[in-house]
Amino acid sequence: MALKIVKGSIDRMFDKNLQDLVRGIRNHKEDEAKYISTCIDEIKQELKQDNIAVKANAVCKLTYLQMLGYDVSWAAFNIVEVMSSSKFTYKRIGYLAASQCFHEGTDVIMLTTNQIRKDLSSPHQYDTGVALTGLSCFVTPDLARDLANDIMTLMSHTKPYIRKKAVLIMYKVFLKYPESLRPAFPRLKEKLEDPDPGTDAEPHLLCVQKLRILIEDSDQNLKYLGLLAMSKILKTHPKSVQSHKDLILQCLDDKDESIRLRALDLLYGMVSKKNLMEIVKKLMLHVDKAEGTTYRDELLTKIIDICSQSNYQYITNFEWYISILVELTRLEGTRHGHLIASQMLDVAIRVKAIRGFAVAQMATLLDNAHLLTGNTQRNGICEVLYAAAWICGEFSEHLEDPMQTLEAMLRPKVATLPGHIQAVYVQNAAKLFATVLRKHEGETDSQAAQETSQLLIDRLPLFVQSANLEVQERASCILQLVKYIQKLQQKNVEVAEEVTALFAGELNPVAPKAQKKVPIPEGLDLDAWINEPPSESESEDEKPKAVFTKEEHKHSRSRHTEVDEKELARRREVRKQEQANNPFYIKASPSSQKVYDAPGVEHIPVVQIDLSVPLKVPGMPTSDQYLKLEEERQQKEKAERKKKEKKKKREKRGKERKADSGPESEEDIRPAHQVDIVTEEMPENALPSDDDDKDPNDPHKALDIDLDKPLADSEKLPVRTHRPEVLKSPAEDRVNESIPQETKKRSGKEKKEKKKGKEKDRKRSKEEKKKKKHKEVEEELLESQPEEAIQSEETKEATAPPTSAEIKPTVCWFPVQKSSKHKKKKQKKEKEEKEKKKKKRHHHHHHHSDAGGEDSVQNGTVEEEEPLPPMSNYSLLAENSYIKMVYDIQGNHQDESKVVVSVIFENKSDSFLKSMEFNVLDSLNSKLQRPEGAGPHDSLTVPFQLPPGVSNEARFVFSVQSIVMPQKLKGTLTFIVKSDESSTHEKLDFKLHFTCTSYLITTPCYSDAYAKLLESGDLKGSSLRLEGINMPFHHLLARICFHHHFSVVERIDSCASMYSRSIQGHHVCLLVKTSDQTVSIDAKCDEPSLLGNVLDEIKQTFSKC
Amino acid sequence: MIKAILIFNNHGKPRLSKFYEHYTEDTEQQIIRETFHLVSKRDENVCNFLEGGLLIGGSENKLIYRHYATLYFVFCVDSSESELGILDLIQVFVETLDKCFENVCELDLIFHMDKVHNILAEMVMGGMVLETNMSEIITQAEAHNKMEKSEAGIAGAPARAVSAVKNMNLPEMPKNINIGDISIKVPNLPSFK
Repeated sequence: MALKIVKGSIDRMFDKNLQDLVRGIRNHKEDEAKYISTCIDEIKQELKQDNIAVKANAVCKLTYLQMLGYDVSWAAFNIVEVMSSSKFTYKRIGYLAASQCFHEGTDVIMLTTNQIRKDLSSPHQYDTGVALTGLSCFVTPDLARDLANDIMTLMSHTKPYIRKKAVLIMYKVFLKYPESLRPAFPRLKEKLEDPDPGTDAEPHLLCVQKLRILIEDSDQNLKYLGLLAMSKILKTHPKSVQSHKDLILQCLDDKDESIRLRALDLLYGMVSKKNLMEIVKKLMLHVDKAEGTTYRDELLTKIIDICSQSNYQYITNFEWYISILVELTRLEGTRHGHLIASQMLDVAIRVKAIRGFAVAQMATLLDNAHLLTGNTQRNGICEVLYAAAWICGEFSEHLEDPMQTLEAMLRPKVATLPGHIQAVYVQNAAKLFATVLRKHEGETDSQAAQETSQLLIDRLPLFVQSANLEVQERASCILQLVKYIQKLQQKNVEVAEEVTALFAGELNPVAPKAQKKVPIPEGLDLDAWINEPPSESESEDEKPKAVFTKEEHKHSRSRHTEVDEKELARRREVRKQEQANNPFYIKASPSSQKVYDAPGVEHIPVVQIDLSVPLKVPGMPTSDQYLKLEEERQQKEKAERKKKEKKKKREKRGKERKADSGPESEEDIRPAHQVDIVTEEMPENALPSDDDDKDPNDPHKALDIDLDKPLADSEKLPVRTHRPEVLKSPAEDRVNESIPQETKKRSGKEKKEKKKGKEKDRKRSKEEKKKKKHKEVEEELLESQPEEAIQSEETKEATAPPTSAEIKPTVCWFPVQKSSKHKKKKQKKEKEEKEKKKKKRHHHHHHHSDAGGEDSVQNGTVEEEEPLPPMSNYSLLAENSYIKMVYDIQGNHQDESKVVVSVIFENKSDSFLKSMEFNVLDSLNSKLQRPEGAGPHDSLTVPFQLPPGVSNEARFVFSVQSIVMPQKLKGTLTFIVKSDESSTHEKLDFKLHFTCTSYLITTPCYSDAYAKLLESGDLKGSSLRLEGINMPFHHLLARICFHHHFSVVERIDSCASMYSRSIQGHHVCLLVKTSDQTVSIDAKCDEPSLLGNVLDEIKQTFSKC
Repeated sequence: MIKAILIFNNHGKPRLSKFYEHYTEDTEQQIIRETFHLVSKRDENVCNFLEGGLLIGGSENKLIYRHYATLYFVFCVDSSESELGILDLIQVFVETLDKCFENVCELDLIFHMDKVHNILAEMVMGGMVLETNMSEIITQAEAHNKMEKSEAGIAGAPARAVSAVKNMNLPEMPKNINIGDISIKVPNLPSFK
């Protein structure tokens, strides 16, 4: 044996290892790609070999090639093979490769679930550690769901090394499977509250003064961090940071771009009404100085961000802002023309008072368009011409000389602009034309108007030839219109009115979320199908039919629209009426009068030609002047206010204001213009919604979970259960369909889960296919784990969440109390349960009359009644100071001689329990199933260890011969208790009670089949009377269903027929009647002794409550 | 969260890449190139922080890097990570490598990428900082190596001998690319106290 190993390794050592590969690549610099491709071929050969060491070596090389950019996903399955090696050396190689190249789309990842679980519970901490590290990189939602509980268990591992990793990885698990957050939170909280020396507390509030020292430091890192810290403090203490404006502005001169960008970020948060103009002025200076378009563009966007933030909150003078925007158009080679344009449009549309000024500025821009057209690249600065043309056209009533602007817009050079801008030019030329006509209306001399028409007729043909469809279409349309108008003009017909009507009405901005906020009218169900949904079963040969049905649909739809047309007209009328009455609706107003009411504005020299600076657009007032004016204005106001205050003081009025000697507060600065910023339109009855601002792509959104709500049973983490796979019975489908009310009650979340479940099913089937494909490996995995061999059937199941709904149709509505991890919680629940019961008794009478009806209920669909108290089938097996065992026995559908015993082991001690061995003394009738090769008295290893306070479930399969009698088996659990100081060997004896009920399997039965069965006469009868039963009838039925595995066939009033079947095919029928706290059960079965025992057990169940 | 850890040399050749989010191999290479481009054009005496490249999240992420002789160590992190903490982590990483490889140089990283990954796995897990204590990291790494050796046992002996022979050639290659001065320059912050 040893020789074989040595021989194998000698063969191996001449294989190329990672170092050889790297060396080879370095020696083949010329033909690296070719060399690597031969290496990949070699690797493929190596991967085909059986020797795991060779495979691991190959995978290790692949990991290197992956870093060089080679796709190695084709070897994913080999990586899984290497991961499942029992040697740490190879396992680590496998996990590293997986962490480098596995992701959610990797299909073999599903095969790893059991392997990872095995590694997580490995007795070697380094196997566990490697698995955790690997999993942290490639965890998928499925893996997170299936392994959440295992990882939770690891949070209480004895080794701090593992605990630390387990706590960290929980974060990833939460991100992938947010449902696990609530059940895991209490323990996580507990872990995080542990004194953890790993985390040092960060100093939170640093004095801003100290930060200043940092920023002034010569060390660039400190400077950067100082600025960063400032921006954090800024959010809470804006005032204290604002006083360091000078320093931050200085940082804009830093040679390090990272620092400049930080400073810019800070400035964004620092502006106020008072300092906005000053800061922007500084920034404008930097724009001029800045080298490199990237940083200059960054500055530009920052300036606009700063000014436009929170709906132009800090702008007191919009003329200044327009001037800034116009100045920014001087920027050569910027990518943000579009941004400037949208700002111009936004301001001109929303600040009505500024329109006159804006139009004048835009007209100048248009006139000097040649300065801007040098840069015609997309998003280039010429985009601002789009805005300029539109503003001049739309608000042309403010233009002093529309004729001149019109002429500027129709220059031949315009044809070199991008198509979408030309289109706007053409359209707005028409608007200007209308304005010109109106201006000259009534004049006796129609010369000017006719000249305008002629201008258009001369210039438009250029645009008619445009290659751009939009331009061409608009130009030819407008050209024909103008030609027609010209004809009318020659006949001296007054046309201005009609032409103006073409462009009448005012455009109002619509809020971006307006559409979303339109309330859904009552009675409209957006999720309902308009037409019948296409059936999924539609096969290909049915397709020709579809042509027919389509036509039919069309027909019916057109009829609908006919009806709607009238309705629409009516609604339009109503809407108009409403708008007329709505004070918030902004109506078109004759807005030609200017609203300049601020002092000082008239003094602005509108025309100022500065030829010494060639880049400046001539005729533009520079923003600097506004700054000066603003300062003067504020000074003046201040003085006036002081005067007033003095007056007030002199008058000695009751309420005296304190003299305002300190720095001016924000409120004191009044805007220069009485501006009303037109708010964006919202639909009437808009629904307020808070979730607007949430980013749907935020990965953390899913973690927005209320952690204080008590846990619902459905939320418990999927524990690895070992239930035998239940064949989908017809009843299950039936049940799922017949509980619509129930599903309504469920939260949307659960619905989602259901959907997921479906997907899962699909996935699982896929997985199973894969499993077949790689059966050998799977077997290999199982071989190394004998205790799992018994449960080979169940391991498949393990990937699905073991909600009881999947297991037994009857229990899906009953909150089943599962493995209780927190004793306290359990007790609390029991208390609640008791209280509930009390209440129920109160309502009992009332309830009874309610239930009285002819409602026949199928198989426990008792939806209209009170919720049932939680029930559990787990009963105590044995208990001592270390461990508690509870168990449940279930029959196996597929095998008539097998039952499965599920045992939950709960560690009650403060020590670690390990090496648990489970053994039972077999009887002639019942035997514990042991793996092949094991002796008849060998014990079974429990496939997990238990950290303190943790519980986990294991299952054991028993074979039985006769099932007509109940039976008890003696058994022993041995385990090692390991604490810090010592470890002791302990044992616990128990008695497993196989009741006859445990041989029954819930089986649905249709009422007609049931009737036939009773008629057949093969069954022998027996009966039972229960006195003093003080519970609602449906609770009684539910209990029989739940504890004794029956299903309700039919229920009428206080009488119900029930059915169950044993694993060996015995039929058991019950007729349950109730009146006045007395329950009589008539029963029939083809095996009288089985029936007698079952009835005895039912009696016992009810004697307990 | 740490989004990616990249080590490349002065020519942009990757020596280690660890992405904590999934990208295709092509994108990964582009990110490495982009990051190299961003980092390598910076002067030596500017700060060690800059905004991330467009491919890896743009300004939402930060690049925190250190340049040692021939190698750049770049951590791409999101806003939840502390700059100084990561800067320190890089230092710990490099010092740990220095201890484990005994005077680490670029060649060590070239030939033992797997070992570098294993050391890194003890420091950063799934993009989260796991351990910053150097002695703890080294203890774990050594325990792992011990385990590997014990597993190789007698069967590993011939392979080790061959690999020793193979590596005899190594010294011929220039081993002078020492990573250079790694004396910590953690900013001294007396003013905080």
